[in-house]
Amino acid sequence: MYVAVKGGARAIANAHAWLAEERRGDPTLPDLTVAQVREQMALAVNRVMAEGSLYDPDLAALAIKQARGDLIEAIFLIRAYRTTLPRFGASRPIDTAAMACDRRISATFKDVPGGQVLGPTFDYTHRLLDFALAAEGITPDAPRAPAPAGPVPHVTGFLNREGLIQPEPETDATPPDLTREPLELPADRALRLQALARADEGFLLGLAYSTQRGYARNHAFVGELRIGAVAVEMDIPELGFAIEIGEITVTECETVNQFTGSKTEPAQFTRGYGLVFGQTERKSIAMALVDRALRWQELGEDFVGAPAQDAEFVLYHADNIQATGFLEHIKLPHYVDFQSELELIRKLRRGVEAGAEGTE
Amino acid sequence: MSMRSEEQVDTGARRDWMGLLARADPSRLAALWDRMGDTPGHDLLRAPEIGAVMVRGRAGATGAPFNLGEMTVTRCAVRLSACGTVGHAYVQGRDRDHARTAALADALMQTDAAPRVRDGLLDPLAAAETAARQSRAEKAAATRVEFLTLVRGED
Repeated sequence: MYVAVKGGARAIANAHAWLAEERRGDPTLPDLTVAQVREQMALAVNRVMAEGSLYDPDLAALAIKQARGDLIEAIFLIRAYRTTLPRFGASRPIDTAAMACDRRISATFKDVPGGQVLGPTFDYTHRLLDFALAAEGITPDAPRAPAPAGPVPHVTGFLNREGLIQPEPETDATPPDLTREPLELPADRALRLQALARADEGFLLGLAYSTQRGYARNHAFVGELRIGAVAVEMDIPELGFAIEIGEITVTECETVNQFTGSKTEPAQFTRGYGLVFGQTERKSIAMALVDRALRWQELGEDFVGAPAQDAEFVLYHADNIQATGFLEHIKLPHYVDFQSELELIRKLRRGVEAGAEGTE
Repeated sequence: MSMRSEEQVDTGARRDWMGLLARADPSRLAALWDRMGDTPGHDLLRAPEIGAVMVRGRAGATGAPFNLGEMTVTRCAVRLSACGTVGHAYVQGRDRDHARTAALADALMQTDAAPRVRDGLLDPLAAAETAARQSRAEKAAATRVEFLTLVRGED
């Protein structure tokens, strides 16, 4: 049991004042602006939006500045802020087939219609520190080429046409929402995908890696990875029609997984799906692998006891704000609890000592 | 200023301009609006309000919907004093002036002031958006690759 404590107000205020000073760092250096964080630490901003589960680059950048670059602390700030916002409604499902792709690659088809577009990627860099970046005043200029018009079709669509991949039939079911109802098991795929989309990147990365190393191996290929802008449309009751309310950048990963068939399903490729706010490629691939591992039941596979198959284990430990809240609370004053523990240990020891004297 | 009848305001066209206003960069919109002269008299039917919309995706891109996460949205509704025309706005982000200007522009687009708003506001916004999209598309196109698979081994 946690018993509240009082006092320490002045020490707390002083600690926070010092925190503000440390956050500012050397005052002879220019103060970092929120716009600079948004533009130049964009992938950190994207992670905070994804796991904070709120798409707003300016807010995420502010949170990163306030949290001194501690991304989980920044995500905590965003999660707290979003609870203060009234919910206007839900969008129509975004149409990722209509994405304006910055990047679009397939690891399964070399000559994929629409082409392989690398986009602004770290892939094929040599991971050598670039000391030129330590100098100021460099304005890089990306080359351009004539752009083909029109959206790029999904790779899984080609396999679908041959009937070689498990289909994803469209429905209009209203999905469950874990921000409104507590996450309870069994969780259907829609609820799992919501939890995974806001889950901790590191946790999902570790789980996804475990499936590749053999814990519920499901032989994933990246059928397609695409990053780009999609429109967000919402039905507006007072208008009686839908309008675009904005445009967001998302990363989508579709895996194509080997599947030799089960008692209920024929041999065919199966799919894992990752969809994450922002340019968040590692998270999106990890999400797709974990999504696929969690689908063992609906595909008639065996539960082999792997962590990535265990929905309770994955979903109840993937949220870094829940995790850090519970983990970090143990550093706060627990004096009363500890006093009772101390009493118990003393009592047990007295009992043993008295018993030892009795046998002498 | 007079309001055009319901039939004269095409829903498709209205969807287009409301979307354009929603996606507009707030500072660009404000600068263009200021250049158009005085803000017309109006009542706020709904003062600018900041909130969130739950963005949905589909499992496997085409399957059952799921909740991806929220985005910030600001909404506003105005009524023009001169003719009673009502304008609505739902715009991305948390800028109240963005929402109010978008609602005013939506109202004016339903009146005989529409050509002026089209020239002074919507056309420049659309041009800026097209240029930004074209620029990204051209940079992406420059990173298009042809992977070659190499046959390895002795035979």
